[in-house]
This record gives sequence, C-alpha cells and structure tokens, in this order.
Amino acid sequence: MAGTGKAHLRSSDNAVLRVEDLVIEYPGRDGSAVQAVSGISIDIVEGETLAVVGESGCGKSTLAKGIMRLINTSSGSVNLLGTNIAALKGEALRTVRPKMQMIFQDSISSLDPHLKVNALVEQPLKVWNRGNEEERKAKVRDLLTSVGLDPEVVGDRKPTEFSGGQCQRISIARALTLEPKLLICDEPVSSLDVSIQAQILNILQDMKERYGLSLMFISHDLSVVRAISNRVVVMYLGKICEVSPANELSERPLHHYTHALVSAVPIPDPTKVSGRAVLEGEPPSPTNPPSGCRFRTRCPAATDKCAAEEPQLTYAGNGHYVACHHPRA
Amino acid sequence: MSNLFDIGDLRITFDTKRGPLKAVRGVTLSIAKGESVGIVGESGSGKTVMSRASMGLLRGRRVKREGSVKLNGVELLTMTAKEIRELWGKQIAMVFQDPMTALNPVRRVGPQMAEALVKRMGMTKEAADARVLELLALVRLPEPDKQVVKYPHQLSGGMRQRVMIAMAIACEPEILFADEPTTALDVTVQAQVLELMGDLRQRLGMAMVIITHDLGVVATHTDKIAVMYGGEVVEIAPTKELFANMRHPYTEALMKSIPRLDRAPGERMPAIAGTPPDPVADRVGCAFAPRCAYATDKCHKEHPELTDAGNGHAYRCFFPLGGK
Repeated sequence: MAGTGKAHLRSSDNAVLRVEDLVIEYPGRDGSAVQAVSGISIDIVEGETLAVVGESGCGKSTLAKGIMRLINTSSGSVNLLGTNIAALKGEALRTVRPKMQMIFQDSISSLDPHLKVNALVEQPLKVWNRGNEEERKAKVRDLLTSVGLDPEVVGDRKPTEFSGGQCQRISIARALTLEPKLLICDEPVSSLDVSIQAQILNILQDMKERYGLSLMFISHDLSVVRAISNRVVVMYLGKICEVSPANELSERPLHHYTHALVSAVPIPDPTKVSGRAVLEGEPPSPTNPPSGCRFRTRCPAATDKCAAEEPQLTYAGNGHYVACHHPRA
Repeated sequence: MSNLFDIGDLRITFDTKRGPLKAVRGVTLSIAKGESVGIVGESGSGKTVMSRASMGLLRGRRVKREGSVKLNGVELLTMTAKEIRELWGKQIAMVFQDPMTALNPVRRVGPQMAEALVKRMGMTKEAADARVLELLALVRLPEPDKQVVKYPHQLSGGMRQRVMIAMAIACEPEILFADEPTTALDVTVQAQVLELMGDLRQRLGMAMVIITHDLGVVATHTDKIAVMYGGEVVEIAPTKELFANMRHPYTEALMKSIPRLDRAPGERMPAIAGTPPDPVADRVGCAFAPRCAYATDKCHKEHPELTDAGNGHAYRCFFPLGGK
C-alpha cells in the first residue's frame, strides 16, 4: 500500500485542487522527521466530492491541514485553482484563503463561545471588509436560513446553547460566508447521532449544489462516505492504497485494507451473518514504517514481494486504481 | 431464565432552574442472567441517565428517583452510597464512552488497575500485578507487559477502551453496562471491540447492556433491544423480531437514517426532521408526534401506553406500522 504514483490524476483543465507528491513531516523526538503524509497526489474537479478514508493516524487530517496551509508542507505542490499555494507566504497566501474553508469534527469547540451566532457568521465578511452593514446582515440571514436555522431564533444566542448538530450547521454557514470554491470537511459527522448525521450530510449536499462547491470529505466510515462522495481515496499510514468511484469501491474493494474497512461497517440486520474480515491490531507507528507495502504487517495476502517492493497505483478498470501486488479479484 | 436485573417504572427528575427536568419517565425493563440488551436512542432520550441511575451513580438533593431498580431481588435505589459501592465492580460495572477521561491520566495503566484489585478483591500487590497481565491478555491487548508501564495518553483510543473493559470485568461482575463503548472509535476498532465484548460475555456468563445511538451496533451481539425516546421506552423486542417487524415509527426512522453500503451513492439520506422533545416541558400526547410522519390529532392529545404484541414485543403507538 505504499501507493506512490500519479496514475489516478486527471487532466487538470477543470481541477479545483491538484496536489502532487505532497510530503508533510513532523519533528520527531530525537530530531528526526516523522512523515505523516508521504508523497500523496490527489485532485478534485469542479463540483466533485472527494472522500479521504482511513483509520486514526493514517495522515488524513494532516493532509487536509497541509492543503489548507494550516501547517507547513515539506515538499510537493498544492495547486488551488491553478496557483501553487504550497509556495505562497504572507499576504499572497492570505488572499487565497477565502477560496478554501474547513469545518471540523468538534463543531462546538470550533466556534468562539463568547460570540453570538450572528457575529460568528458575519465575522469573515468584516475581516475581508465585504459589503456594508446591511448587506452583511442580509447575507448572514440568508446563510443561516439555507442551513436550516431560523435567523430570528438563533441569531442572538451563543454556541453553548446549541446541540452538536446545530453547531455543525452554524460552522457550515460560517465556512460558506466568503463563498469558497473548496470546502474541506474533517470528520464532520462522526461525533453526531445517526439521525443528525443524515441531516448534516443532506445540508452539505444542498450547499454544494447551491454554492457550486467542491468538497473534500474526510472520514473513517465508508458508509458515510458512500452517501456523499463521488470519488474515494483510501489512505493508510501516509500513503494511498486505492482510488475509486464511491459505489465501485464498496462493491468491489480491490485492496485488502479497503476490504477490511468495508466489512467493519456494522450491518443493521441481525439475520445477515456478515463475512467479516475483522482487522487485527492497529496501524504500525509512522516513525518506523514497514518496508515495501506499508499494509503488509496486517495483510492476509502479504508475501515476500510486499516487503521488498513498494506497489504503485495502477489502473484496474471502471475508474478504479489500486496499489497492491496481490489485489483481490 | 430468572431475572438478574429488574427496573420497575423508573423515573428520574432533575431539579433545574427552568423547573423539573424529567429525564426518565417510567421505564420498566428486566434483564436475565447472561442476557445482552441494547438500549438505543438519540442524545437526550434518557438512555444514559437511565443506565447511570441503575448503577446507583445519580444521587443528591437535586435528583428525584422514583420506582425501583433491583439486582437479584435487592433494591438499589434505597441503598446508601457506601452500600452500593460494595456492589460496584463485583456485581455491577460500567464502561464509559470516553476512556481518556475515565482513566486517571497521571497514573500508569498497570498500577491503576492493580489498585482496584487490591482494594476490591483483597489481593496482595503481587497477585494483583499478575492478574492485571492476565486481564489485559483477556481483552487482547498486544504485549500486556509493555503496556502496563504506559500512561493512558500513550495508548490509542482502541487500546484505552480495552483497558477500560479489562478494569470493568476485573472482579467478574454479573452485569456490565457499556455506555456508547464504540462511538469514539474508528469503524475497524469498533468492530474489534464489539467482537471482544460479545466474546467476553459468553466466556464470563455476564449480562450486558449496550447503550448506543446506532441500531447497527446492536444488531449483532444483543438478545433484545429497547428503543428509547423522550425518557420512555417506545419499543422493545427480541433483536431479530425488532429488525424483522418494526412497529414504532421512531424505530423505523432511526433505522432509515443509518448510512448503509447498499444504498445508491448520492441518494438523499432520510433524516428525522425536527429535534427531540424538551425534557422540562409538560407533555400531553405521544412524545414523538411532532416529528412523526403518521401522527394524527389523537397522537397530539393522548399519551399512548405500551401495547404488548406478544413474543416479548411491545410498542408505544396508536397507529403501529406493519402488523400481521
């Protein structure tokens, strides 16, 4: 699963985001560098939702933060609408920021508890000096309404008065204030009740159509991903294992890791004895990743070749790419 | 099967600034020896309050507790804090959702576990240390001898949850409450932990109560399921019966809102509109009526009682779905 290679990248004509060979390192304890993202390439075309799936520690959140330039990247390029933002600094970087926004898993702590909802949603407009007061107020009302909140009821209240689902709606409204082109959602529904998850996924879908957004959706849950995305990237320990259209991926997982992820999804039907491939153990430490394919230590099909040689992403038909020496049939 | 645990018309009311908050409004539930029960509901449905009250964890001036909770025929609600502490661990234990806050962050895992064994079971320190290793192996924590010297923050979420489970089963309780044990975990680790809990239940012959918002989690590993809404049980049935023959509209709505792999991609998710009822407000009709697609005038005016449909299946609805 080492999955280097860029076979899955598409021609860049209508790409909103094109990331190539991105490497992100954190300083390790003894002065060495730990690679959290090891040469990832992804692209998102206009109007598309790309999901990034993987377990805790696979580097999916680091990837998102790197793209957002919330943390510094070590090498590689991040092209947002044709500009390599990995190389930008200072004011030049600041001016591209409105084009990309992010929402987080813990929506309650990502909103300033001292500000009222109106002020929270209006703040980006003030920072960027957009519109006069009246126009800003109208925009806030419009945004809150579009995420299913009543501006009259919620506008003068503070985030602590709301539930997790309602806070997530507020952060979506706030993220859309500056009309970004790209919205990165980092596990936006994983701390919500299933009934509320569905509401938020529907809102994201509506917002995407209404504001012409492209989404990057990060999750560990393939069933959530299937509901919202067009294309899915499966990550393991900083590398890509598999890239595929959403429906194709869950029906025909080619990588053994993806197969394990698919079969881990609980099926709400007690009569279905699922042929579950429960993945044993947890991912190895990124400080000392396995040689060759990084998944080989937990893989049921691993051979000597997997230890010696890193598999490359190769095309497997139906828009499906896999980085595995012994893919599932 | 004789009943191990009996909850009878349990009502929990909190005294709040806004007035009495009725978190649990008359729940009756019995759990047989070795039985596994799922309690399912949204945030605010009263499922956590009910389980904590059953553990004897909620007490104090601002909590009004009515009804009864009996373990092997012994009433728990009237016990003093000291009396009930004697039962914790040995007869009744709990696993919480967030293992990071449930473990002591400044003590190493091993000594933290051993302390409980020394205090509760009267073991010597050496015997307790050995038992800790045994327990960690039982919950399939890799390399237990290396983990005991670590602090909780040095373990992953899944490993911490295994430690919590090991602590909960250390004194071989007769009943284990697990409150959202897998919600904070990745799906892969969630599957591992559920497998483990099912396996331990059979091996130790203990009863288990799994509290969750996700019907998918309790579809396997449970014998029966109680669906809670607004502080009440709205439907209860043996697991297979419930999934085959859902009668309450809320159960159906919960079921439909689960994201599934066999649904067409991009298809709109059937969400439950609206929000759960205000636990402080007085209630006249059915708690679910304002959000129910099938509600009529009667549902808004009259409160439905639990109707027994036979085979251990009961529901609280005037116009149940399906029906044979």
